[in-house]
Amino acid sequence: MSIIIKTSSDIKASEITPKSVYMDRRRFMKQAFASSLLLATDAMLPAWAKRWPDLEASQFNASDKLTPFENVTSYNNFYELGTGKKDPASNASMFNPEPWSIAVEGECNKPGVFNLEDFIKPYALQEYIYRLRCVEGWSMVIPWVGFSLADMLKQFEPNSNAKYVEFTTLLDKSRLPGQARRVLNWPYVEGLRIDEAMNPLPIMAVGLYGDILPSQNGAPIRLVVPWKYGFKSIKSIVKIRFTETQPKATWNERAPEEYGFYSNVNPEVDHPRWSQKTERRIGEPFWKPKHKTQMFNGYGEQVAHLYAGMDLVKYF
Amino acid sequence: MPVSPPDKTISFVIKPVLFLLCLLPLGVLVWAVFNDMLGANPAERLTRETGEWTLRFLLITLAVTPVRKLLRSPWLIKLRRMLGLYVFFYASIHMLTYIWFDQFFDVDEIIRDVIKRPFITVGFLAFILLIPLVLTSTNKMIRRLKKNWVKLHKLIYVIAVLAILHFFWLVKADYQELIVYGLILLLLLFYRLYQQRKKGVY
Repeated sequence: MSIIIKTSSDIKASEITPKSVYMDRRRFMKQAFASSLLLATDAMLPAWAKRWPDLEASQFNASDKLTPFENVTSYNNFYELGTGKKDPASNASMFNPEPWSIAVEGECNKPGVFNLEDFIKPYALQEYIYRLRCVEGWSMVIPWVGFSLADMLKQFEPNSNAKYVEFTTLLDKSRLPGQARRVLNWPYVEGLRIDEAMNPLPIMAVGLYGDILPSQNGAPIRLVVPWKYGFKSIKSIVKIRFTETQPKATWNERAPEEYGFYSNVNPEVDHPRWSQKTERRIGEPFWKPKHKTQMFNGYGEQVAHLYAGMDLVKYF
Repeated sequence: MPVSPPDKTISFVIKPVLFLLCLLPLGVLVWAVFNDMLGANPAERLTRETGEWTLRFLLITLAVTPVRKLLRSPWLIKLRRMLGLYVFFYASIHMLTYIWFDQFFDVDEIIRDVIKRPFITVGFLAFILLIPLVLTSTNKMIRRLKKNWVKLHKLIYVIAVLAILHFFWLVKADYQELIVYGLILLLLLFYRLYQQRKKGVY
């Protein structure tokens, strides 16, 4: 028996699927999924299909090696789904982020309540490859899918009283079973000063690795502020409020001497209980040396001016 | 009355079996390392697991006396030294994971950490306090130190409290696991207070 291996010259032109046809097919798939955007669950997608396979890269993308998807989605701090690192992934199926709506309130001219689809429709999604530094001393490099927080906030026309922006996570212990135990003061709240929020770096993320956000990573929509410790990047947001006074951020309220409101990544200011000089890059062999933590997580060029003249030891 | 197994059975069956059993947690960890099963942050897992096993062996060691009284099986005391030495064994590996995979043998940084971080200070202190207990664990030393041996080995209660404190200062928000270990220790300590009272020492 002979095996016929066709060389390219043997393959008739008519046998080749024209590019326009297979591109159309991809487009069809994309449109089909896009129309059910964020209403479909992962189970409805074929394994190979990413929702956003080829997005434009953001201008701030880090050149670091990406942390493997497997690690990004199995090592999480999301106490609403359990306090162990693996708990959020194990309990992810308990959290169904559909339907989802977001309320925008406070000091702005255009408040309202929006369903998720309408909320994200105005923005062109991009891929943002950002370093994420956890206050516990580890870090990841994650390709988020999202859009500029500043662009989004401007839509609601904050007024001159809007000095801060406050974000709130869903409060629902039937969907976020970790909230049944009062480990933290639920719901989780975080906040930024308005000028921090209006910086081009922070994003609202709706996905990672070209696909929708897994529950354990804060589905369906979360904040990502790359120069601050990870806990500032609040997950599963249901409310955004413009305020005149500094929001009562959950960890800051819980232990103000350990977790400042600013919580900028800063190797010079240690956590009272451990050093912040180095970080373990998740996904790298554990016997390899740790990385030196960079001021503002390496985003100083974009954000250092926000803190000009401020004592970063006092306002940690 | 429960009977004591023959000395030969203790020496050649029970002790070897217990010895291997106590190595099992380490075996599982080593196996997990080589099969990449420690998750996204293996160094943290190793430190955490060896730390927890140190605490578990410490509590098991402290449980020997109450258990042998409750079960009326005085021979169980013959197993206590091995369990105690395993506390030191797991504590040493716990230390090593910190010195190696956390600090990469940076002596200056380690010294700074021990001085500056209360949870490392108490952990380090607990480890140091284990050393005299290990060194005086031989039959010869027991005979030589007589009553002082008993006094010296009361240090284990201090070590146990330091170990719990070490754990307590590490926790960010969820104290559930710590509370379980803490309650077990309290129970074991109260048992001893109760016994002393009965003897009229107080």
